[in-house]
Amino acid sequence: MGELRLMKGNEVLAEAAIRCGCDGYFGYPITPQSEVMETLMQRQPWDETGMVVLQAESEVASINMVYGAAAAGKKAMTSSSSPGISLMTEGISYIAGAELPCLIINVQRGGPGLGTIQPSQADYFQAVKGGGHGDYKLLVLAPASVQEMNDFVDLAFELAFKYRNPAMILADGALGQMMEKVELSDYKPRWTKEEIHEKWGSWATTGKPASRKKNIITSLELDSDIMEANNRRFQAKYKQMEQEEVRYELIECDDADYIIVAFGTSSRICQKSVEIARAQGLKVGLLRPITLFPFPKKIVGELAAKTKGFLSVEMNAGQMVEDIKLAIYDAGHHVPVEYFGRMGGIIPTPGEVVDSLKNKFHKE
Amino acid sequence: MDLKELIKPENLVYKKTELLNDDSMHYCPGCSHGVVHKILAELIAEMGIQEKTVGVAPVGCAVFAYKYIDIDWQEAAHGRAPAVATGLIRLMPDNFIFTYQGDGDLASIGAAEILHACNRGENILVIFINNGTYGMTGGQMAPTTLDGMVTSTTPNGRNIDLNGYPLKMTELIAQLPGTSYVTRQTVHTPGAVRKCKRSLKKAIEYVLDKKGTSFVEVVSTCNSGWKMTPVAANNWMEENMVPYYPLGDLKDSEKGEIVSEN
Amino acid sequence: MTEEMIIAGFGGQGVLSMGKILAYSGIMEDKEVTWFPSYGPEMRGGTANVTVIISDNRISSPILHEFDTAIILNQQSLNKFEKMVKPGGVLLYDPNGISKPPTRTDINIYKVEGTKTAVEMGNPRVFNMIVFGSYLKVRPILSLDNVEKGLQKSLPERYHRLIPLNLEAIKKGEEIVESIQTV
Repeated sequence: MGELRLMKGNEVLAEAAIRCGCDGYFGYPITPQSEVMETLMQRQPWDETGMVVLQAESEVASINMVYGAAAAGKKAMTSSSSPGISLMTEGISYIAGAELPCLIINVQRGGPGLGTIQPSQADYFQAVKGGGHGDYKLLVLAPASVQEMNDFVDLAFELAFKYRNPAMILADGALGQMMEKVELSDYKPRWTKEEIHEKWGSWATTGKPASRKKNIITSLELDSDIMEANNRRFQAKYKQMEQEEVRYELIECDDADYIIVAFGTSSRICQKSVEIARAQGLKVGLLRPITLFPFPKKIVGELAAKTKGFLSVEMNAGQMVEDIKLAIYDAGHHVPVEYFGRMGGIIPTPGEVVDSLKNKFHKE
Repeated sequence: MDLKELIKPENLVYKKTELLNDDSMHYCPGCSHGVVHKILAELIAEMGIQEKTVGVAPVGCAVFAYKYIDIDWQEAAHGRAPAVATGLIRLMPDNFIFTYQGDGDLASIGAAEILHACNRGENILVIFINNGTYGMTGGQMAPTTLDGMVTSTTPNGRNIDLNGYPLKMTELIAQLPGTSYVTRQTVHTPGAVRKCKRSLKKAIEYVLDKKGTSFVEVVSTCNSGWKMTPVAANNWMEENMVPYYPLGDLKDSEKGEIVSEN
Repeated sequence: MTEEMIIAGFGGQGVLSMGKILAYSGIMEDKEVTWFPSYGPEMRGGTANVTVIISDNRISSPILHEFDTAIILNQQSLNKFEKMVKPGGVLLYDPNGISKPPTRTDINIYKVEGTKTAVEMGNPRVFNMIVFGSYLKVRPILSLDNVEKGLQKSLPERYHRLIPLNLEAIKKGEEIVESIQTV
């Protein structure tokens, strides 16, 4: 068993980055995730693992530093919160277009605009539909506990390198600020120069030896036929992710009449709602998507075949609910899908969710 | 005499460096980019640093720089090359990293990135091509466009009241303690090319010695954008650009404080 | 066993650190724990509160609409959280600064003169540990051994010399807590 600690989600993200052999973190302060860089700066990993930590002049610069480092085959990451992620979307689109692996963490706060510093899930669309310009997708992981904030850092890098695609951890202010018991991962050494050459030498820009052709990292291609072929390759990659990387958790779904679907902090609330509803005799289950892209479409379809209705619970105006409806439609079923959520930094309470479920499906 | 007999090593008077490939460049005839590419490629070959060099290409006419020089390259978003280069040099401190940027890229949209990279003293070389216009998008006003200069977005000439003043980036950069060598050159005559190459070499040496950021501005022409013949463009540059953007070293950390050759 | 509680008061009263020591002590007892603070500008001098959940089982929601226990250290917090104590639950409060005491009749109410006692002990900063002691007396869910371990884990090493003083304050709190109403 690894080391047990009581830590904030944001602190754990930093600790996990150091321990998974991350090479570089580039960031810019923004509430409610500033503890990520603060923790890194206090830990001084450059003395321990050689990991570089740099406070950039802006989120725009941060993501482009990540782009530069990622192109060299390094494990590079950044973290921010909603308005900062918006600033990064240009760079994220370039990274996706250049097919580079990296990790972007969004500890979401309420928007739009400067919004609030309180937790939110209003960046769901931005995260799962690409976010910037062009047809691209991020691999999106949604942790629901401080433990998963730890576990998903390594997982995100693994998936990012497997697919040469940016991965995102979509958390929120509650997960960032909350402390829980966490079992920290063991240290993994950073890749050596030789390992990078061996693993990623076919594309990484580490300097051209005489033995190979030059490596060029770019998202630019003015020949439309080639550009279309590039896009087809990207789409095939996203398709493969949909086949191989879907992750979710089912709680009390076996005999459920109604399924609540919720991710991240909302899913924690809804676990309690399931307990309350069951105590009142309502057969309710919870589907918790862990990957938001790829979305767990198949299981939604399977559950739709045997339940009376779905309730999507989100800390936004109803975004994931659209993906649930699409999944049910694709599976050829017709089941009512409702939404309940709070916005602007308000977290719904377990009781509110149960009330909403009753109002929508179980009118006495 | 047969041509075959002429082609012998002892008769060779000029040879293209092997680091420049045989692709025909997309640059307009008379453009300064080709010359700067050539001397840069020559220097990387002559200094034997190909294996550790990574270039960062901009958005602008030099967006395809990566096609021509046989080194590893990254293509950056508009203005972001200094941030990309920062990511590279921080994680590969023993490599040689340079950015190659135009005036729109460096002085306008990327003003923040270049100032902060230079202010941190990143060990990178910045090559700044200043031709006073946006060449690639068809000759619009750049931050460095001269007062009264006609462009497609200043059809009656740049108006200071409306557009502000032509920005002297290099003077600004020279003030930053993070920079070690800051110079302004041209490549419009054989003599200027030789001088520019000497400056670029010094700039690379300073970066390899980890002295901080080297910054080389090349005052350039854009005969297509300026709608002039190459010769007329060279003359116009000498008469109008050079007086506003005076040539020479602005800073050489080996020689103490800011110096001026003029 | 699951204990769902809220600790609420002013910023600077040690609300968040009391919660942290509780949570760490819970880990020492091999329990699952969650510590969820209010955050943002309100922390700086305004009201501060933290939800702490200690359980034998996996913890679901970190955000609650009702609590087993509420530890209340100012009037605003009493106004807000008295109604959120589960029937039969516990409300522990320090009367200092409370002008309108709790009125519910379906919950257990306890009072601790924490502020006054801390001043008497010559160290106002142990105030939160006195209240913590009272809580442990009322809800003995954690052993004192594990609380001591929790203190060691949650306090930076340079403050470890203060652990005996903290333990003394906890014991004081256990002694002085008064039962106002039991149901």
